[in-house]
Amino acid sequence: MSEPSTATEAAKKASAPPPAAHDHGHDDHGHEAHDPIHAANPHLAHHFDTPQQQFDAGKLGIWLFLLTEVLFFAGLFCAYTVYRSMHPEVFVYAHYFLDTKLGALNTCVLLISSLTAAWAVRNAQLAEKKMLMINIVVTIACAFTFMCVKYVEYAHKYHDGLLPGKNFQPKEQIWELKSFRDRHPEAAEYAEKLAKLDEKKPEAPAAAGAKLEGKVEEKIERPTEEELEPLLAAGLVGPRSLDPSAHISRPRMAHVFFGIYFFMTGLHGFHVLIGIGIWVWMLLKAAKGHFGPNYFGPIDFTALYWHLVDLIWIYLFPLLYLIH
Amino acid sequence: MASPTTTADAAIPQQKGADDNYLTHDKGFASWAFTLDHKRIGVMYLASVLSAFALGGFFALAVRTELWSPGKTIMEHDTYNQMFTLHGAIMVFLVIIPGIPAALGNIILPLHLGAKDVAFPKLNLASYYLWIIGCLCMLSSLAINAVDTGWTFYAPYSTTTQTAVIPAAFGAFILGFSSIFTGLNFIVTIHKLRPPGMTFFRMPLFVWALYSTALIQVLATPVIGITLLMMMVERVFGLGIFDPSLGGDPVLFQHFFWFYSHPAVYIMIVPAFGVVSEIIPVFSRKRLFGYQFIAISSLAIAFLGFLVWGHHMFTSGQSVLAGTIFSAITFLIAIPTAIKIFNWVSTMYKGRIHLDTPMLYALAFLWVFTIGGLTGVFLAVMGVDIHLHDTYFVVAHFHYVMMGGAITAFLGGLHYWFPKAFGKMYDEKMGRIGAVIVFVGLNLTFFPQFILGSRGMPRRYYNYLPEFQGLHQLSTIGAFTLGIGFLLTAVSLGRALKYGKKAPNNPWGGVTLEWTTVSPPPYYNFHTPPPVTAGPYDGYDDLVYDEKIGGYVAKKA
Repeated sequence: MSEPSTATEAAKKASAPPPAAHDHGHDDHGHEAHDPIHAANPHLAHHFDTPQQQFDAGKLGIWLFLLTEVLFFAGLFCAYTVYRSMHPEVFVYAHYFLDTKLGALNTCVLLISSLTAAWAVRNAQLAEKKMLMINIVVTIACAFTFMCVKYVEYAHKYHDGLLPGKNFQPKEQIWELKSFRDRHPEAAEYAEKLAKLDEKKPEAPAAAGAKLEGKVEEKIERPTEEELEPLLAAGLVGPRSLDPSAHISRPRMAHVFFGIYFFMTGLHGFHVLIGIGIWVWMLLKAAKGHFGPNYFGPIDFTALYWHLVDLIWIYLFPLLYLIH
Repeated sequence: MASPTTTADAAIPQQKGADDNYLTHDKGFASWAFTLDHKRIGVMYLASVLSAFALGGFFALAVRTELWSPGKTIMEHDTYNQMFTLHGAIMVFLVIIPGIPAALGNIILPLHLGAKDVAFPKLNLASYYLWIIGCLCMLSSLAINAVDTGWTFYAPYSTTTQTAVIPAAFGAFILGFSSIFTGLNFIVTIHKLRPPGMTFFRMPLFVWALYSTALIQVLATPVIGITLLMMMVERVFGLGIFDPSLGGDPVLFQHFFWFYSHPAVYIMIVPAFGVVSEIIPVFSRKRLFGYQFIAISSLAIAFLGFLVWGHHMFTSGQSVLAGTIFSAITFLIAIPTAIKIFNWVSTMYKGRIHLDTPMLYALAFLWVFTIGGLTGVFLAVMGVDIHLHDTYFVVAHFHYVMMGGAITAFLGGLHYWFPKAFGKMYDEKMGRIGAVIVFVGLNLTFFPQFILGSRGMPRRYYNYLPEFQGLHQLSTIGAFTLGIGFLLTAVSLGRALKYGKKAPNNPWGGVTLEWTTVSPPPYYNFHTPPPVTAGPYDGYDDLVYDEKIGGYVAKKA
């Protein structure tokens, strides 16, 4: 927890007139004893005795909520694990379609926003209204940047037919992708040749292809095993056929990856959107000057939520984009 | 001994009028719809849950009527599938899960703790509205084309059937969040709003039970949330996670589903344990036997409940080793459960037992739950389960536990706290008659189902062999007996609301904190947190019955 001890102590001093803040047992004056505290703290709810008690309750509440969030995502991570162990080639195949640079950019953007969120908590504790608002605005700006980048990525996927489940109709072949070519140039070339050969085969009797066919086939040489490795890993050729001429296809379960990809990133994106909404609300509260050493819980809890959303992305990025 | 009761007079707040209480504090629809008062939210939950119970009961009667004779009796087979699905989904998600924690717990928990409210009153109201939204979603499925998957939503049937699965599953999803937020609220309330002097081992056992329940709600419910979401997305986009024809794994759905839904059965039954733990010592006028064991056993059940989901899948192609482990852990759950039963029985031993309505329900609970629990051990044995899997034996087992256990305790708790919550006494005679009819009806409905199941009658079937007819008819007669019992109880409590005698502050002689405030409680419950100097079941001898007010008061020194 990042909360600085000085501020909490300040909160304690300001809130509890007698030194024994929690000792209700000596509270002989009935309800009157509560009134000075409640009168001095407009944000203290009637059923709490001290701001400290209210803050502690909120803190425990938000941690429990974050626990439920982790479990909520755990179902998806579990599905991911099951499918990755069952169909590793699908994940190798599909990750070439994701843009690592945009993913890395988004990771940076979220990390910056986590910094400003943590900073905002400090500002709230010290009642630095202006800095608090600046930090919240930067956090929101980062969140928007993240969503824009995500939009670009999604639009690109949509355009290329990389959609989940039954809508999966990729327009590009993996060997046409720059990310694949850069890393495995020979394999890409070989795959392309094989694909051409595959294309021609069914049309073999047709006049147009008949002449070419012979030539192409002559050109193909059995590649070395090292060159074949990426094709095997990505499930483009069968695992056992080291002479895989004429067998090139994409892995059967490729659509499952994009289902998981869209589900996980979509659910995460939804959490980012909710986070933006809460930050805007906090900005409005901050503008009214509500926060100070006695009342900074909401900023603290929002920041905790925001850190969790970041943390989930920190896991999603390598799991989806950086597969080898 | 300075029992909490002696400080009661100091704790009762002086408010505007003598009659000012939470029911009369504000007036008008908006004062209820936007209330943040835990008691009012609890009362709204109670009314909603009881309405849902009536609806679920209606579907149950429809199912039982159809089974009066083999083949068609009153409805087509497709309608029958929808009826039992709706019965199950409504009873599980709308009635039993929120029944004791959200309805009774909301009213009683802060009173038990001497607190003014739960930790997050707004979240509490939000939970209630989530319940309403979830309920409407489920009912919209009924209006469109009622779901027919069974309450378990097993894929791939749920991802391919033509009925309105999505509204129903989305309803369950929303209800899950309602449940999570209630649990979260209760955990924080119990941690942060206890009165001075109330250590964890001075908390009433109902609070312990709600605490264990809340832990399960918070830790298990998110998983069903994401599972139902995946199922819905799979249905729309053909994701291929669960449906084998798309490359998915249907057993994965079952793992996910039962990872929540097995702990969920403890969400349903552990609060019932809490209610029974409150009732038995009060009506035995004797200190509860083995308090700490009962308290810890609730936590033990909550913990073990997470490790046994695989016993629902003995026939789903799970490895024998996994099955054996799940089976062994399932046996372990019998230990904390039996600890509770033995302690309750020991509490009654040499007590002065008062057979008032709540106690009758508690005794019924002991009987019925013991049968339900022990038959659960039969089912935990893998070899036996292969034979009994998906038969009426399973149906009878979980109805003995859910209906016989959870609902009986719910009714017991309702009668126990009714005078406190509404400030009126119900007619004792009608209450007792209702309890007896419910008990008889319950056994008549479900005991024949054990026999049916052991002879091979599969569950969820529309048609059956003629030799099963006698037992099916017995069960149907029992179901209608149950219906009459509930109706009578509803009339009795409804009349009490209107015509009931004014309830004293402490009609049963309980020593937990809720009895130290007036009935019905004032808006803020307690002005100062009442200090606690003794355990929750100490000091029955410091109270005497006062004929004049019809309740217990502190003994004059």
